[in-house]
Amino acid sequence: MFCPVFYFSKPLKHTKSQEEVGKRMSKLITCAEAVKMVKSGSRIMVGGFGLVGCPLSLIDALAQRNVKDLEIISNNLGEPGRGLGVLVRQKQVKKAIGSYFTSNPEVVKAYQDQELEVELIPQRTMSEAIRAGGAGIGGFYTPVSVGTKIAETKEVRDLNGKKYVFQEPIKADFAFIKAKKADQLGNLIYNQSARNFNPMMATAANVVIAEVDEIVEAGKISPEEIVTPHLYVDYIVVKEGN
Amino acid sequence: MNPKQYIAARAAKELKPGDIVNLGIGIPTLVADYIPSDVKVFLHSENGILGVGPSPDPEHTDPNLVNAGKLPVSVLEGASFFDSASSFAMIRGGHVSVSILGALQIDANGRIANWAVPGKSVLGVGGAMDLLEGSKKVIVTTKHTNTEGGPKIVKELTYPITSERIVDLIITDLAVFTVKADGLHLIELSPGVSLREVEQKTDAPFHIPESFINSKEVTVKWLSL
Repeated sequence: MFCPVFYFSKPLKHTKSQEEVGKRMSKLITCAEAVKMVKSGSRIMVGGFGLVGCPLSLIDALAQRNVKDLEIISNNLGEPGRGLGVLVRQKQVKKAIGSYFTSNPEVVKAYQDQELEVELIPQRTMSEAIRAGGAGIGGFYTPVSVGTKIAETKEVRDLNGKKYVFQEPIKADFAFIKAKKADQLGNLIYNQSARNFNPMMATAANVVIAEVDEIVEAGKISPEEIVTPHLYVDYIVVKEGN
Repeated sequence: MNPKQYIAARAAKELKPGDIVNLGIGIPTLVADYIPSDVKVFLHSENGILGVGPSPDPEHTDPNLVNAGKLPVSVLEGASFFDSASSFAMIRGGHVSVSILGALQIDANGRIANWAVPGKSVLGVGGAMDLLEGSKKVIVTTKHTNTEGGPKIVKELTYPITSERIVDLIITDLAVFTVKADGLHLIELSPGVSLREVEQKTDAPFHIPESFINSKEVTVKWLSL
């Protein structure tokens, strides 16, 4: 059971100043425009820990489009009919790469029915592999998963008497991420634990689209507070609906 | 303009609005002074700044705010600070549009040496090798000849190579070359510079467009002196 919680909080106030701020911003597009870039077979990384920090407006817009065979890289696949769960229900996802899919029973069923391929990767390894992808690192050795089913097909190396498995970097065609606030240049800050995978994903895709609650003028976010500098962000969309 | 300023001004012409630009130490640092006001670029500094602004007045310097050359800078609206690992991840990860670097030597393939001098103790590499990996475009800015008047663009490097990465554009006080799979291509002569002079002062072979062979001097249109 889930409660109708704060991810769909109060509608964004489109005050005049907010519109003015947006107008002078070249990266601002609508959710519909954003998902138009996605094609069947696209590989998309999607931020969020469950529905927290998940770009729900972008996902809902993608669900309106007739694209399938998507490859989704995300920690989870939403809930039944919510978040990425919508795409699963509509059979738009061909393969999921992530760490924990059992929380959505529809994902389990789709896997059992062989409608969905799943690649499991331990959570920290996944986040680091995305970071490596964005940072131009060709992979890394981690002790996590040595000797397990997950490491069966991976290279194992002995370093100073300890075993490590090699993890390749993860990249994608698109990153859909969620942030609290963008400035006009596309600098981002996040909201508490909704930060999760979003900053890494912002670095590791060819096209990065950030869904935000609010846009402010450049200079309104302190240079010390900016978590994702604007050079990573290609497009900004403002959260839609309520 | 002195030769270094000329080179910097020419390099600034290569920048496009929205570019993320990393400037190395030396001539590249001067490029910032010549970026046209209608070309808004974002300067990235390897020590952890995106959005570097002009040099501040001496009384407004902050010892904690410096560029890669450890000189005082300011920041523009929308700037951000980050750690060194994040900063180099941006470059290596392909998120920087243009890196502008100095060089001690450039070879006929367009590879550069810029971190160590033979016969001297090698005591520093800094970010030299990192900066050549990942940038979408690398521009080298350098005097055409060294302090003894010898060529810096050579058949083979005699100084230790910095990276296998082939640079995209070479800008000197005498000429501009692009680098392609078949080597260096001359594309521009500086005002008052003859093809003969460039040939005399360049050790590496380079391709010359036919239009340059017949004309004594090629007028450069970009510069409004």
